[in-house]
Amino acid sequence: MNAATFHVDMVDDVLRLNIEGDWRARFLARIDHDIRDFEEDSVGRELIIDLSKLERMDTAGALVIQRVMSSCASRTDRSTFTGASDAQMALLEHVRPHLAPCPVEPARGNPFIMLLVRLGVGARDVYFAAIDILNFIGVVVRTFIRAVAEPRRFRLTSIVSHMESAGLDAVPIVATMSFLVGAVVAYMGAKSLATFGAEIFTVELVSLAVLREFGVLLAAILLAGRSGSAFTAQIGSMKLREEIDALRVTGLDPIEVLVLPRTIALIVMLPVLAFIGAMMGLLGGIIVSWGALDISPTLFIARMKEAIVLSNFWAGIIKAPFFAFIISVVGCFQGMSVEGSAESLGQRTTLSVVQSLFLVIFIDSFFAMFYLEIDF
Amino acid sequence: MVIDDRILRKGDVGTTGRPDSDAIIRVRGLKTQFGHAVIHEDLDLDLRSGEILGVVGGSGTGKSVLMRAIIGLKRPSAGSVSVFGQDFYAASENQRIEIERRWGVLFQGGALFSSLTVAQNVMAPIREHLGMPDALARDIAAMKISMSGLPPEAGDKYPSELSGGMRKRAGLARALALDPEIVFLDEPTAGLDPIGAAQFDQLIVDLKTSLGLTVFMITHDLDSLYAACDRVAVLAEKHVIAVGPLSEVAETDHAWTRSYFSGPRGRAARASALG
Repeated sequence: MNAATFHVDMVDDVLRLNIEGDWRARFLARIDHDIRDFEEDSVGRELIIDLSKLERMDTAGALVIQRVMSSCASRTDRSTFTGASDAQMALLEHVRPHLAPCPVEPARGNPFIMLLVRLGVGARDVYFAAIDILNFIGVVVRTFIRAVAEPRRFRLTSIVSHMESAGLDAVPIVATMSFLVGAVVAYMGAKSLATFGAEIFTVELVSLAVLREFGVLLAAILLAGRSGSAFTAQIGSMKLREEIDALRVTGLDPIEVLVLPRTIALIVMLPVLAFIGAMMGLLGGIIVSWGALDISPTLFIARMKEAIVLSNFWAGIIKAPFFAFIISVVGCFQGMSVEGSAESLGQRTTLSVVQSLFLVIFIDSFFAMFYLEIDF
Repeated sequence: MVIDDRILRKGDVGTTGRPDSDAIIRVRGLKTQFGHAVIHEDLDLDLRSGEILGVVGGSGTGKSVLMRAIIGLKRPSAGSVSVFGQDFYAASENQRIEIERRWGVLFQGGALFSSLTVAQNVMAPIREHLGMPDALARDIAAMKISMSGLPPEAGDKYPSELSGGMRKRAGLARALALDPEIVFLDEPTAGLDPIGAAQFDQLIVDLKTSLGLTVFMITHDLDSLYAACDRVAVLAEKHVIAVGPLSEVAETDHAWTRSYFSGPRGRAARASALG
């Protein structure tokens, strides 16, 4: 079997294109460039295309041959196909009405203008996204207040189910991570404080860091990655399959059915996770202090009781419901904003995690400043 | 099985292991199951070169699963599927890819890649399998789109911007991208208006005659059966209970085929096909 080839000669002052070999799609890549050159060179000339040595052809081959004919040949009687079998002729006739090109992707303008357009659209989108999310928060709060007035609107089964998947199932990973971070803080503290002979202050360092910041922050970061993204994906794929619309026309409020249970579940569970995280962080600190510094657990706890007041614990835990609210609302909002394609679902899930992490850390720093000002 | 015998005596068909020289797909003793739920058991079916085979059956009889078993998406728990004379599930990776290049599939919802435009969807298999220069791939994609009955403007639209009927046509254009020898269609006319459905049937018959396609078509649409199909296979009770030309299958003495072909819709479709 010969791959696709062609050669050109002149017969009686008429250009003759001899098509040879196997003109199926897989063999056309090699001759595409040459045949286009031929096409360009011979626009508007009389042309005979000889197919007598053509072995096989599919629609792609027929397309190329017809394209050459239509772009080169001046429409005189002498421009014609010769030597084609009936089947080949039928296939050539079949593709002839389908030669018109079609646009492949939406038209793009001048790159510089497009850059400006993107900049403008981006700025406008930030503005509208901010309004949209504030709007969304308002709707969630309103739905919550309405549900307080009519408690059967709280969907207990759904809340408990989300408490399990977002909260309970996250306990092992939160516990492990917090334990490790507590241990690392203790170890680093021990090494640097030892240079001043102040190893005992490791207790303060560990308990302050873990109780005020790391316990709740680690739990929130984990939740944003684990549950915030899951909320976006769940609600987003429901949106793609018109399930959200189905809820609406059934007279069910998607906010009440989907968003409220998730938000309440997170608000209840994040403080619990933060508490577990804080305790495990302390445990990590205690074990390292015991192993590396010979501070016995009894001494650690006694010193902690003395030096660290309970307010440090509360300063950490109070932040948890705020973080939970932000994570859930951002996750659900991004899910509701999914449109059209699988690509959009991916973008929204990414946005959901990035935004909720950003907001969690932003709010955390706000809390830190606030505590400093009120001397908490 | 009484019903099989009746059909077989008419001398038409191979639902048994008889050699059928024209068959390009041969399913023998197929068994598929999900967990403990058995979908097919001891199912035989041939797809002959150059025919349009309609596969009918009630909801849940496993029509789509049968298609998925043939095209390699659902591994059967027993039996064999041979395609172009080669056992598909015993074939090597390369042999399979070689076979997959020779068929095209139109899924029920079109299954277009939602992040690509229609033209990019059609170009995807061309680029992937043939490594073509972009310009040629574009020309071929434009031709397939036009052949599937879509206007050229549809090329740069995203699937979410298309109507259901256009999405099916775009899916067909992608299925035809590599000039396949076999095309699998899963309910191609479901969800189309009667005019659109009739046009689609005609399109498939036209493509079959001009390109020499072999078509495996799952359908509920009686009009499609009368308009397009050369043979019909009826799926019930976990296997093919009857296969043959429509006129013969319609005569089969089985509760489901009787109520299917002799119900009001069946009679109407036949009347309009004959009249």
